[in-house]
Amino acid sequence: MSVLEVRDLSKSFGGVEAVADVSFDLGAGEFLALIGPNGAGKTTCFNMLNGYLRPDRGSVKLEGRELVGRRPRAIVRMGVGRTFQITRTFLSMTVRENVQMALISHHKRMFDFWSRAVRMYEGEADALLDLVSMRDQAARPCSELAYGDLKRLELAIALAHEPALLLMDEPTAGMAPSERVALMALTGEIVKSRGVSVLFTEHDMDVVFAHAHRILVLNRGRLIAEGSGAEIRENPLVQEVYLGGGTVFAAEGV
Amino acid sequence: MLKVENLTARYGRAQILNGVSLELGGNEVVALLGRNGAGKSTTMKCIMGLVEQKTGVISYDGADLMRLPPHMICRAGIGYVPEERRIFPELTVAENLEVGRRPKRDGAPEWTLAHLFELFPNLAERQGNLGKQLSGGEQQMLTIARTLMGNPSAVLLDEPSEGIAPVIVEQMARVIAELKAEGLSVLISEQNLYFARAVADRAIIIEKGALRYEGSFADLDAHPEVSQQYLAV
Amino acid sequence: MGFYLAQLLTGLANASSLFLIACGLSIIFGVTRIVNFAHGSFYMVGAYLAYSLVTWMDGGIFGFWLSLLVAALIVGVLGLIVEVTILRRIYHAPELFQLVATFGVVLIVQDAALAIWGAEDLLGPRAPGLARAVRILGEPIPEYDLALIVIGPLVLGAIWLLFHRTRWGILVRAATQDREMVDALGVNQRWLFSAVFVLGSALAGLGGALQIPREAVSLQMDLSVIGEAFVVVVIGGMGSVSGAFVAAVLISVLNAFAILIFPQISIVLPFVVMAVVLIVRPYGLFGRPGSEAGGAEEPEQPLRLMSRRGAMVLAAFVLILAASPAVTGDFTSILLVDVMVAMLFAVSLHFMMGIGGMVSFGHAAYFGVGAYAAAMGMKYLGLSMLPAMALGPVAAAGAALLFGWFCVRLSGVYLAMLTLAAAQILWGVTYQWGEVTGGDDGILGIWPAGWASGDKAYFYLAMVLCVGGMFLLRRMAHSPFGYGLRGVRDSAVRAEAIGMDVKLHQWMGFTVAGAFAGLAGVVFVFSKGSVFPDVLGISQSVDGLIMVLLGGIHALAGPILGAGVFILIEDWVTRLDYWRVIFGGIILVVVLVAPDGVAGGVDRLLRAVGIRRGDAT
Repeated sequence: MSVLEVRDLSKSFGGVEAVADVSFDLGAGEFLALIGPNGAGKTTCFNMLNGYLRPDRGSVKLEGRELVGRRPRAIVRMGVGRTFQITRTFLSMTVRENVQMALISHHKRMFDFWSRAVRMYEGEADALLDLVSMRDQAARPCSELAYGDLKRLELAIALAHEPALLLMDEPTAGMAPSERVALMALTGEIVKSRGVSVLFTEHDMDVVFAHAHRILVLNRGRLIAEGSGAEIRENPLVQEVYLGGGTVFAAEGV
Repeated sequence: MLKVENLTARYGRAQILNGVSLELGGNEVVALLGRNGAGKSTTMKCIMGLVEQKTGVISYDGADLMRLPPHMICRAGIGYVPEERRIFPELTVAENLEVGRRPKRDGAPEWTLAHLFELFPNLAERQGNLGKQLSGGEQQMLTIARTLMGNPSAVLLDEPSEGIAPVIVEQMARVIAELKAEGLSVLISEQNLYFARAVADRAIIIEKGALRYEGSFADLDAHPEVSQQYLAV
Repeated sequence: MGFYLAQLLTGLANASSLFLIACGLSIIFGVTRIVNFAHGSFYMVGAYLAYSLVTWMDGGIFGFWLSLLVAALIVGVLGLIVEVTILRRIYHAPELFQLVATFGVVLIVQDAALAIWGAEDLLGPRAPGLARAVRILGEPIPEYDLALIVIGPLVLGAIWLLFHRTRWGILVRAATQDREMVDALGVNQRWLFSAVFVLGSALAGLGGALQIPREAVSLQMDLSVIGEAFVVVVIGGMGSVSGAFVAAVLISVLNAFAILIFPQISIVLPFVVMAVVLIVRPYGLFGRPGSEAGGAEEPEQPLRLMSRRGAMVLAAFVLILAASPAVTGDFTSILLVDVMVAMLFAVSLHFMMGIGGMVSFGHAAYFGVGAYAAAMGMKYLGLSMLPAMALGPVAAAGAALLFGWFCVRLSGVYLAMLTLAAAQILWGVTYQWGEVTGGDDGILGIWPAGWASGDKAYFYLAMVLCVGGMFLLRRMAHSPFGYGLRGVRDSAVRAEAIGMDVKLHQWMGFTVAGAFAGLAGVVFVFSKGSVFPDVLGISQSVDGLIMVLLGGIHALAGPILGAGVFILIEDWVTRLDYWRVIFGGIILVVVLVAPDGVAGGVDRLLRAVGIRRGDAT
């Protein structure tokens, strides 16, 4: 069964169709890439999946349960984790505290006025940090972390809610090529070991072709292609609207 | 010629640059390469006077830029196209361009609106639109056009290909070639080696805020360990 | 029919005056992102100058209007001086610093005006040539009102042309959106900012000058107008001139008709309109979420639990405090109660501002509600001291629940403005509703119960309540709730992404801070035996801000230190004549010289002599 079922998702802004009749499925443990030119509707699509925008039409089902109409935080609690294009963390806290906060929220202890937050869920937080190899930096202030480490921390935070689906918005933006490979490899391992499915947007075609199991291409709000890396690369329409002549990326496929 | 010697910079407690030196000659396109956080953007911000805490030497055609505020550096002939585009979202395209307008300067090409619209045909059609109504690629074009309105003799382009669709990146490469043909010098910071190779005459690699490599792309290709170590391609 | 038209015209005339004040404030905010408290002072000075010039020239129609213009110009020059000497240095400081600095200017201008024009209200002459009333549909309409109705739109049109048809205007609008980029494109923004400030100040001066035929010039003009001007700016959208106009018309016209039905509504109406508008449009009618104020701040360091040694030092302090009445006189006990009240007030404000990231310009509201609730509980409900004391924080929490619901819908400086407006409304209600609150005469005779009535006995009661309150707030800062508040402050997007209910969390933070401010108010009212409307006033709110600022916002101990230092300085300074000048000067020196506060200064000192290494608070 699909983890995520998206059907006829549509959204207009001021009469302009930003996303129109987008439908796709995402299988368990699948790594699915959503690519397309700027303004194609990727962000709008993402924002409808995680509840920041309400679609005009269509449905989004996570493991059979409808997500449309729910608030972002409810969708998080139903099992949709996310990472951000520009990392978002609590900069005034340590690495471990960031994960502890996610755990405190997950266990609905946020309105505890008396316990000491730093003593709560320490073990679980460290286990999650182990998973992304950040345990050794657990006590460091988040504001001192290198960019790549922040990205890994975001992964650990997202996993605190035991998500079934991970939405990653341009996960490797702003990273050096080697870091990109490392982060995606790590994500791949987690996907396997935890049975999480991933939907991600990305502009780095090398990352997309190397890691995605399947690729969706969005243009002017509509899905124009869907398939494996090789299929997408050879698709003349995709070349015309997005990939161009292939001179600005290496594109060594899977 | 733009000359940077032994530049150091810090934001609060964090030391970002530890002695960067580089030169940008007349009518030359140089790519400033390095990983994220290596100090590429900070180097450009320092040149532009946007970083307070810095030491070292920055000069342009012999004039000292170290103590000058950004607007004086702009008036000295250096144009700056920032990483995040930073167009004025609530101003029209025409007004955005107006903000960048400066009088013609000796020794630098003069850009008229007509000439710019030739280079960026999309902008001509969208003069009356607000900046925020443009697509990401159009916004990137607008920032470059806005900077050219100042008639600079050298341009700093900070990560122009980041977050842009490959087709637009190819268009960007044509624009940079055109700038060089007009006689401008261009310093371009990049992570995309393919794009850098396509547009630049020579490469500079910085890592952890210091210079690691300087030379031609042919040299760089002959020493794959260099790009492996600092760019980790 | 004629009567309603007359009401409409009166409303429109008021709208013009209000617009002139608010549009300058809005323009200045749009470009500099500074919430300029001194704008009310410019308005007041404009009125005083116009009064003096008109009286001195005595030159008919021409002399009158020339006087108004000259007054506006002089105020513009005054604005230039303030901008160049003070504001220019703090454009990159957090909004708290900017607000407190402009309040320092308010204090200095107040004393200067007192020295020059005296304490008496001054009644200006009527406008020559416009002194009579014309009859429209049988109703008398003052000619001067009609002139004002014309002047407002004229000024609006002129500003619109200036901003959209001149290069200077385009640059100003660009700077409103991204000042650094404008600088990098070759524009000297220093002079751009100065010019904008001069324009805004001159408009405030003109607004004040135009008032002289309509109302007496007084030393209270500055703060009485600023609250309403803030409301207009927020409703219109900060930085939007047309928004300010529409908002001014909306409020004034609604008010002109609403007072026919309910005469006391004037004070509450602007707030109600603002609340309605902000629910529908969180950034005001024409506002947009702009770039936030100030530059990048250094990230705060993580909180640490108190070390054993820290706890021992603290325990020693509490013991010394507890022993102090035994060794010192009653006078010291009374002063120490003041200090403790200020400390609890400042800590509660810091809980909201430092930990919750919600800057409040109107925290006195909850202090005052606590004080009044206790006093009224005693007076009307016949409660004894302890139940009355319990009523205070409960009422304050209730008020904070009500106003907080609106406030947390906004963020940054918009939230701050709304807190200020809320406090001004409560102040207005307290001031006007004489039958219940005693109005200006306050409520007297609120003394502690017999067992707590001695100075020493009350000292211990106050100590239990204040130190206990501070302990609870500190404990909460370390709890998941406090961490959650800091999380929302650091990144609301991240907080939502981990499943937090961001608004609810902030709302509860707001309420907790309000409740403890109310507790401070309760302790205050029984130590003084009386309560007056000024406990809810702007000055009291700003006092709290100064305490937090003095102490440094980044440490939990900051507000405690800041409040202590503040009360001691105040105790000394207010015995002097013209203390406002001195106090305003001290504020400016602190803001300009020691921006990380006394705690920061002490911390640096300790580091320098090597006593303290890493461990904070």
